[in-house]
Amino acid sequence: MLYSILAGFVVAIALIFTGKIFKSKWSVALTLLPLSLFVYFLSYIPTIQSGATVFQSISWIPSFGVNLSFQLDGLSLLFSLMITGIGTLVFAYTSAYLKKHVYLDRFYAYLSLFMAAMLGLVLSDNLISLFVFWELTSISSFYLIGFNNTSEASRKSALTALGITGIGGLFLLAGALLLGYITNSYSIVEMLQHKELLQQHEFYLVAVVFIFGAAFTKSAQFPFHFWLPGAMKAPTPVSTYLHSATMVKAGVYLLLRFSPTLGSTELWNTTLIIVGAATMLYSAFHLIFRTDLKGILAYSTIAALGILVFLIGLGTQAAITAALVFIVVHALYKASLFLITGIIDHETGTRDITQLAGLRKVLMPVAVAGFIAALISGGVPPSIGFVGKDLIYEATLHMPNNAVLLTAIAIVTNILLFYAGFVVGVKPFMGKLPTTFENLHMPSSLMWVPPLLMVTAGLVFGMFPNLIETAFVANAVSSLVIDNEAFHLKLWHGFNTVLGLSALTLGLGVIVYVVLKPKHKLENFIEKLEVASPKSILFFLTNGFEDFSKSWTNFFQNGYLRHYIATIVGFLVIALAFIIFSNFDLKLDFSSFSELTAYEIAIVLMMIGAVVFTVFTNSRLAAVASMGVVGFAFCLLFLFYSAPDLAMTQFSVDTLTVILFVLVLYKLPKYLHLSKNVLRLEHGILSLTFGGLISILVLKVLQEDQNSEITNFYAENSYLLAKGKNVVNVILVDFRGVDTLVEISVLIVAALGVFGLLKLRLKTRDKK
Amino acid sequence: MEILLAIVTGILYAAGIYMMLRRSLVKLILGIILLGNGVNLLIFLLGRITKGKPPIIPEEAKVFEELYADPVPQALILTAIVISFGLQAFAIILVKRAYKVLGTDDLDQLNTTDEDS
Repeated sequence: MLYSILAGFVVAIALIFTGKIFKSKWSVALTLLPLSLFVYFLSYIPTIQSGATVFQSISWIPSFGVNLSFQLDGLSLLFSLMITGIGTLVFAYTSAYLKKHVYLDRFYAYLSLFMAAMLGLVLSDNLISLFVFWELTSISSFYLIGFNNTSEASRKSALTALGITGIGGLFLLAGALLLGYITNSYSIVEMLQHKELLQQHEFYLVAVVFIFGAAFTKSAQFPFHFWLPGAMKAPTPVSTYLHSATMVKAGVYLLLRFSPTLGSTELWNTTLIIVGAATMLYSAFHLIFRTDLKGILAYSTIAALGILVFLIGLGTQAAITAALVFIVVHALYKASLFLITGIIDHETGTRDITQLAGLRKVLMPVAVAGFIAALISGGVPPSIGFVGKDLIYEATLHMPNNAVLLTAIAIVTNILLFYAGFVVGVKPFMGKLPTTFENLHMPSSLMWVPPLLMVTAGLVFGMFPNLIETAFVANAVSSLVIDNEAFHLKLWHGFNTVLGLSALTLGLGVIVYVVLKPKHKLENFIEKLEVASPKSILFFLTNGFEDFSKSWTNFFQNGYLRHYIATIVGFLVIALAFIIFSNFDLKLDFSSFSELTAYEIAIVLMMIGAVVFTVFTNSRLAAVASMGVVGFAFCLLFLFYSAPDLAMTQFSVDTLTVILFVLVLYKLPKYLHLSKNVLRLEHGILSLTFGGLISILVLKVLQEDQNSEITNFYAENSYLLAKGKNVVNVILVDFRGVDTLVEISVLIVAALGVFGLLKLRLKTRDKK
Repeated sequence: MEILLAIVTGILYAAGIYMMLRRSLVKLILGIILLGNGVNLLIFLLGRITKGKPPIIPEEAKVFEELYADPVPQALILTAIVISFGLQAFAIILVKRAYKVLGTDDLDQLNTTDEDS
């Protein structure tokens, strides 16, 4: 199993190097990848049918319980077959649809990456690796939506989709960690053993909310649905593959996968029913107003996802069966309709339904495929769509509570889905062919055969529902419903309520189709309501947040050094003042201080005078000279207070600094009166406050006892261990000799820098 | 005397910070030097001050026999003085260079990395 997932990644990477070969005529050869995987997974059907589950586990990070463990049961198999099967057709279709596109190799690489990630997602048994694959599908989806990267709308849609599904991914990670924390395992199979523990745990609610957050964003449930219509900016094969047939079903897959573990509680069922129903009605209502073929399909896809979530919410065996059948049905007809839309767009250059008519005269096989797809979509017998719709009604009718309401919601949605299918699949081919389209010719067979194959499968499955039941659905149901009863898919159930409801749906669907004509006026009307849609609200919030962060950053990071220093010092002042004054007890013990002598007072006064002069003088030379005075005053201080080494060092260093300064100064401009006086006053107050606090701090420290342990060690061992009598010297060159070595290196680096800067000859460009 | 030196420390800090807040690059360097001196004095004071007793063991003895000045802060300050000299020298030359290339020593005109401004 691992190799089947890795194959896609390998192909994606290999395309980086071999892209040129596959860009031209060999692109169709890439179809072999999904095709061989499809056959590989088909070969597992007998194994799974016998009730077995295939496991494979490879240690990845065993210390965290994160392993690459895969499980192939009925549900995974159903999804794997869908991913690889539709993948095969989409790969083939793309080679004609994007023929001679400059970046065709890239496109295939993204598609392979996506397919591998999606397979990994449905096969993972470990929640963490499931999360990784989940994010990979979001990322490949981002690249595919933004494939046409010169278009701004395309980039924006890609970003919106990534944002929404990315947040969902974070929810999934949080949910996974929480579930792992509760059950002490990341294996989904093992979590199933801890059902009781999970459902009674205090974090059950939080975990479920996280899983819902992930599923609803990925599967475009209201109010997170809006990224999906935007994602239609992607090339049609992408819309077919990712945004209707497979990726958006990942959320549904997650819910199905967890419904045995987390499901059958009031919270789980009620939330899913409400969200599903809201999504169904909202998007089914919205699709009436669309005139773009892909727009109609996008909203009908959201409605279909709503139905799936709704059915999982119902939670009975009938509902789960209905959901699984509907997944297959929807994938078949929606993928076909998308591919047909792609052909129409490719040939006529428009997807506007109000301009398309009579295409059957030039695109006959496509028209046939479109008609059958519409039949499946509308649930007309003998297609598989009819079986699927029956199951939905069967499930809603047998609910103990609110059966009538639930059925009514399902009927309304189905009527509008019927309308959507016929508008896209039938309407463009009916009526009189406009003269502009008379010269159209059939596209490559690679484009029209895939949809035809899919709808044929839909018809065959419809006539022989046994096929689909034994091959896919029964196994998937048995992996999800613990004590399942025998249940058989049938085309004909006899005359009963369900049949009546089906007939009602069909009749009303035809009426809606005949009465309602897609018009631009309607579309314009709904555009005006956009202001209050979840999308606009989200954009309003994100823009607001962006503005806020901009002004926040500009306030603190405005590029003025003095602003930074003032902020840092200001903060220090507040912090210091708080600490010092929160328990202020400054008792000055004058007896412990040394006495004042005239020399000392003279030096201190000299120093203060020099500092003040340095600050306030208008002459740079005078400022540097008085800096020198400060330095020499320091020398004297050090001398008085028993630090001859310091005095000598300070003396030489200060002399050198002053000389260096004077040498450089004559090249620099004169002082200018740059700051405003108010600002100077502010800075002065700030500096003085800071200095005052430092003085108080020093006095406070002087009150404390001194720890002289280290001092005593050096003093005692200076001669005994290091044979030196000048303790300061011994510390520097012996005890802390390595530090001094490093210090010398620092000086050498500085010297090299100085030398380099002096000798550097700039290019003429820099001198300007 | 300690009180006086504590006040001097405060003045050095205040003067250093005030100079660093100015727009001229030369004043910025002067500010850094003043602040550095203030820090040195602070460290010196924390080791307590002792008059006329350098930390040098007398000729005839092997260990100290009487009170002596604390050598640890002295060693620290010595290092600090030397390192700050390296910093100052580099900064001074850098200012000179920057002025030669950019024609200004006003910090407010140096706050962008774009060549053309």
